[in-house]
Amino acid sequence: MNNKMTALLNWVDERFPLTSTLRTHLSEYYAPKNFNFWYYFGSLALLVLVMQIVTGIFLTMNYKPDANLAFTSVEYIMRDVSWGWLIRYMHSTGSSMFFVAVYLHMFRAMLYGSYRKPRELLWIFGMLIYLCLMAEAFFGYLLPWGQMSFWGAQVIINLFDAIPLIGPDLALLIRGDYSVSDATLNRFFAFHVIAVPLALLGLVAAHVLALHEVGSNNPDGIEIKKHKDPNTGIPLDGIPFHPYYTVKDMVGVVVFLIVFSIIVFFIPEMGGYFLEHNNFIPADSLKTPEHIAPLWYFTPFYSILRANTFNFLWVPAKLWGVLLMGLAVIIFFFLPWLDRSPAKSIRYRGQFYKTALTLFTISFIVLGYLGTQPVTEIRTVIAQIGTVIYFLFFFLMPWYTKIDKTRPEPERVRW
Amino acid sequence: MVKRILIALLFVPVMASASNEIKLDAAPVNLYDTISLQRGVRIFVNYCVTCHNAAYMRYNRLQDLGLTEQEIKDNLMFAVAKRVGDTMTVAMDKNDAKDWFGTTPPDLSLIARSRGADWLYTYLRGFYRDNTTHTGWNNMVFPRVGMPHVLHELQGVQVLKTEMQTDALGHKHEVQRLLLETPGMLTPAQYDMLVADLVNYLVYMADPAKTFRIQLGIYVLFFLAILFVVTYMLKKEFWKDIH
Amino acid sequence: MTDDDKVDGGKRRFLIATTTALGGVATIASAVPFVASMMPSQRALASGAPVEVDIGKVELGTKLDVEWQGKPVWIINRTKEMLAALPTLNDKLVDPDSDVPQQPTYCKNISRSIKPEYFVAVGICTHLGCSPTFRKEEGAPDIGPDWLGGFFCPCHGSRFDLAGRVFKGVPAPTNLVVPPYRYLSDKKILIGEDPKAA
Repeated sequence: MNNKMTALLNWVDERFPLTSTLRTHLSEYYAPKNFNFWYYFGSLALLVLVMQIVTGIFLTMNYKPDANLAFTSVEYIMRDVSWGWLIRYMHSTGSSMFFVAVYLHMFRAMLYGSYRKPRELLWIFGMLIYLCLMAEAFFGYLLPWGQMSFWGAQVIINLFDAIPLIGPDLALLIRGDYSVSDATLNRFFAFHVIAVPLALLGLVAAHVLALHEVGSNNPDGIEIKKHKDPNTGIPLDGIPFHPYYTVKDMVGVVVFLIVFSIIVFFIPEMGGYFLEHNNFIPADSLKTPEHIAPLWYFTPFYSILRANTFNFLWVPAKLWGVLLMGLAVIIFFFLPWLDRSPAKSIRYRGQFYKTALTLFTISFIVLGYLGTQPVTEIRTVIAQIGTVIYFLFFFLMPWYTKIDKTRPEPERVRW
Repeated sequence: MVKRILIALLFVPVMASASNEIKLDAAPVNLYDTISLQRGVRIFVNYCVTCHNAAYMRYNRLQDLGLTEQEIKDNLMFAVAKRVGDTMTVAMDKNDAKDWFGTTPPDLSLIARSRGADWLYTYLRGFYRDNTTHTGWNNMVFPRVGMPHVLHELQGVQVLKTEMQTDALGHKHEVQRLLLETPGMLTPAQYDMLVADLVNYLVYMADPAKTFRIQLGIYVLFFLAILFVVTYMLKKEFWKDIH
Repeated sequence: MTDDDKVDGGKRRFLIATTTALGGVATIASAVPFVASMMPSQRALASGAPVEVDIGKVELGTKLDVEWQGKPVWIINRTKEMLAALPTLNDKLVDPDSDVPQQPTYCKNISRSIKPEYFVAVGICTHLGCSPTFRKEEGAPDIGPDWLGGFFCPCHGSRFDLAGRVFKGVPAPTNLVVPPYRYLSDKKILIGEDPKAA
């Protein structure tokens, strides 16, 4: 039996790089041995991507992308399709968990300088994945055609209106109509089901290939390829991804599934944060809900949008809001070049960066919370302060990372 | 376009639903009390389905509540539905509804998920006589609602009493209370229980798979706990190699 | 450094085997809801539910069409002559005694029905699925001089007698399907349900 298997494998390997690929990317890909908690989220994000695709395929079997039928088809899935409720909750929970994993994954990069040279392109691919993910979530949220779906899309597409010259035509192009309607729903369905998933798959492949080309960073921020075994050429602090990290990531997956299952089976609505209450009302173009809020993962940027209440220079406040909201996302792309610290990892950086990152994180979370709440005067002021801190983290970075007192980085990794 | 949206938003306080100022009473929901749910569905089909659709709820799903198909057919299906697999659709024509009430009565299949159980429980107990409205009724939770007090024979007639109260600091507050002016067929305690049953049923109807889901979740977590122990032991075993 | 540098192969194999087994269970258990979701939904089952038909209105010698599970079902009120002709056709038929289970056991008889007067059948040709025409006139020119009445399928020329039994020498291989049905009263049948146990 074993001979037959070996012969079959040889037949395939002569025609397709099966074993060589598995070696290069798994059993002979040497990753630093000191990966910690923050290193689980990449593989978890990949797991969630696969889950969203599988649950998405089964939802598409019964969902109808027609303004008159969409809401009913979702309830049909929830009630009449066997196990439809489970597939639906997995997909809605998965979309929030995707952002949890991705935000923690990005935060790891900020902790350990994983975006620094030679990993700038890896970071750029990752940021492009983040942009696609936001687009995917935005398109997907219109599909249930509830009140929040409809009005959330209406408000956000109207932002494009604010762009000078091309704005109104751009908004018309996106909507396919003068207001969010069946035309918009159908095209968002096409984007959500095929276009963006294909882009995501391609970008994720590019992301992993870019990573494997330069090798992983680690919590100490030092390059393990600097010290290799003279005989084998294997980094001294490297261990083969398979079996060590496959087996470790398996544990991470199980813990994730426990958290995921608790949500799916006991609290899928998450108090209205994962499934908003207003979305259980069919979309009504004549009745705006009291309180429109995007899903929690967009709220920090939504806060920045709303915080802009001043007309400055000759740019109206609304346009400032749109510009700053866009900049808040785009500025992440520039991190590899804004960060001038000699040390990559926060473990060896000085007080300035640690303070700056702490303040940034707090402002991100506070802005996020404010984005879920209705606007009041005090909240606007806090959001404005948060926005300033947010941008100063990036704009001042070239200066404070340069003058920061770093500690010397070690030669070999530490746990 | 933007102006239109902004103007539309100005009308939100008028067009949109109730204000959130009123304190809501906690609804005693218990989805495992199938007898309460059975009482609730009986109230629902007798009082609510005359005007409100529950277009996503099939009659034969009520077997979840321990009823047989025959019991459902005999006791709960009066109007439009012919077969037990049909959904709970309304007897009244949509356009008639608009003429009589000013708006189409909303579908109630998901009302417990959009409004919440506490809101519904307070709403159904918060009607009071008000001769200035179209229907002659008003509601503490949903001012000037288009719905009349369908259950008034059971609850009786409440009126709104406005009093000026002075608190410890000497500030005057306007306090509004509901008083039962004319008793109905049920005592207040009995009526509260009836509404509790009805709200219980509405919560069930908004998410019929809920109790099954929770039960299954317990089994899933139990299995995952075992899987966690095994995978953790496997990880620890392999990582013995690494120093 | 650990004291025990030797790899405990037995323990590793056991743990790998256990993890694989439990992982396999988890995978199959996760796959079940997805595959099950592809089964007919409650809505499909509701629309496929049994259909009540009032057969009192069917005149003698005529056919009533109803729909059940998306398929045409015929109810024919057969005359005494139609019934008398049935046994005479037996040697011209592929399966005169309805041995092939195209009908419920309680319809395995010469008239292929519960009561001989009313014939209930699914109006779909057993060849490739067209719906045959009802040709009760004797000696129809396009079918043949021996024709004593029955069903003629225009697609490929298959012929069935007035009990839905297929003639020899035609493309259709089996008799017309008789669905499960029962009498609710003298003039009411319920198509889709077998008679209750006596």
